[in-house]
Amino acid sequence: MEHDTFHKALEIQDDFCIGCSHCIKVCPTEALRVSGGKALLYAEWCIDCGRCFRVCPSRAIRVVDDDLDDILSYKYRVLLVPAVFYAQFEKKVPPGVINDILGDMGFSEICTVEQSADTLVEEINAYVRKAPAKPVISSFCPAVIRLIQVRFPSLIDHIMLLLPPIEVTAQYYVKKWQNSGGDPSELGVFYLTPCIAKIAAVKSPVGGYESPINGVINMDYVYNRVLHAFKNKKYPEQGKGTEAVNDAISSRGLRWPLTGGEASQIEGRALAIDGMTNVMDFLEKLEDEEIEEPIDYLELRGCDESCAGGILVQGNRFLVADNLRAEAAAAKDTHPLTGQYKQFCSASIKMDAVEPRSMVKYDKDINVAIKKMEAARMLRKILPDIDCGACGAPSCEALAADIVRDDASLNNCIFMQARFEKEGSLLVGEAIDLMEKVWGKDRFVNKEKDN
Amino acid sequence: MKLEYDVAAGDFTRAGFASSSIKKALKQLGVSPAVVKRVVIAVYEAEVNIVAHANGGRITADIEPDGINVVLADTGPGIPDVEKAMQKGFSTASKEVREMGFGAGMGLPNIKENADSLRIETEVGKGTTLYIYIKF
Ligand code: SF4
Ligand code: SF4
Repeated sequence: MEHDTFHKALEIQDDFCIGCSHCIKVCPTEALRVSGGKALLYAEWCIDCGRCFRVCPSRAIRVVDDDLDDILSYKYRVLLVPAVFYAQFEKKVPPGVINDILGDMGFSEICTVEQSADTLVEEINAYVRKAPAKPVISSFCPAVIRLIQVRFPSLIDHIMLLLPPIEVTAQYYVKKWQNSGGDPSELGVFYLTPCIAKIAAVKSPVGGYESPINGVINMDYVYNRVLHAFKNKKYPEQGKGTEAVNDAISSRGLRWPLTGGEASQIEGRALAIDGMTNVMDFLEKLEDEEIEEPIDYLELRGCDESCAGGILVQGNRFLVADNLRAEAAAAKDTHPLTGQYKQFCSASIKMDAVEPRSMVKYDKDINVAIKKMEAARMLRKILPDIDCGACGAPSCEALAADIVRDDASLNNCIFMQARFEKEGSLLVGEAIDLMEKVWGKDRFVNKEKDN
Repeated sequence: MKLEYDVAAGDFTRAGFASSSIKKALKQLGVSPAVVKRVVIAVYEAEVNIVAHANGGRITADIEPDGINVVLADTGPGIPDVEKAMQKGFSTASKEVREMGFGAGMGLPNIKENADSLRIETEVGKGTTLYIYIKF
């Protein structure tokens, strides 16, 4: 099946976009441009990392999540809650109350996502021992998987073909429901997500897998709802909540979403790297064959401080991470459901090979691509190489590629414009027209004079 | 399309710059990952050799629609016994290998394994030039 990973997780809302170009500068795959005064997305290059969302000053990037009201079309509604969700709240908001409020919002059962970590860790260790391509790269962070698909296709066979915890946990609850004779159509499984990458991962998973998760709910939104209910004391009296709670989790599970949470539990030489720039640097090195001493396992996370720094997580990432660590230190190293998880899930924990999604930077036909690349290299020589972004492209290199693909013109570069004007080949009026095409008409109106 | 790089002797911080840039270009052209990998292994190995054992050199990559030619020319000790250097056991910097040219022949078998063709021109006391060809 052809999966459309990109549009689903985020959307640029033209009404709010002011074309400020903040987003184009942070995108790890240079998938954004400013054109006509609005941000424009090359959807097939987007890896759903959410960096653009993080820096957008006017909230023009919308998370395409599911509506909370949609849950009501299912009779029994399971909410899978990642451990970071609870770690965002101050201690005075007890987890029991949080669960009651979630129950009040319509969920029948509240379960912790990282319950599956204990089973998974054994499977991973067995997998790593046998893996032909080392280092094995964790399948945990969907933004990293997509980064590899798009930018590091040669490393694709390093991706671990085991499902991430969220899918294993989802399967567990589906099977539990089926085993108890429940009607499959009555069960709705929902995931409270800390990031948009995981929305994309659920809606269009890789590795020939269909997720049993029926909807993905925005953690930021739910955090606010819970806090609001708490502050206004709108929650059931203690012990009167109607939801079932399945919060079994071990210290291993609690650490899992943090940086080092996986690597520290994997046998052999395992490294943990967080932050998109760090991850890209490391993958570049790996691809360049520059790492001599063998590595067995790589835990790579797109966000600084991993999921504690997820874009839909509220609060300071270091505080959230510290809260989780403290919780982990107080927890047992195993939990009562581990046996059942093993029984229910170990057969269905595998996924198929992940397909590359290589960027076509110049052309699909290598004859044409070489010509275009040569042309782009010539252009690079005359472009100023200061990556100012005024042309609407994130870098001079990106503009050069856009020009040879006919997506932009050399005149978009303000330095080139100045030069052409000086040489008399471009009139000031024409230069303004060109700039208006990139940045929109409004930007070139003298607002002071108008008032 | 021609890409050219100067390689400075002893600059390990930048060793790998040429192979990494060549890799980047091949990726952007859509060359298959498996081929890119072979190019990287072969060129990186040869590039590090220049940094480690020669007095500097020059790398020229010529990318054509059907394959890549990489010429790595250095001024350096040269390889006294190419045949010996091509034997697998000599891929490490053993004392013997070092004696036969400060390890300049190191990794040759590995380069050969990854290349579709490898030609070596070498003169003791003057330098070595490797001609690597890899098909797309
Ligand atoms: S989500 Fe990430 S990859 Fe996609 S456009 Fe935004 S910054 Fe770029
Ligand atoms: S580190 Fe966690 S929160 Fe951040 S993108 Fe990856 S999975 Fe999402």
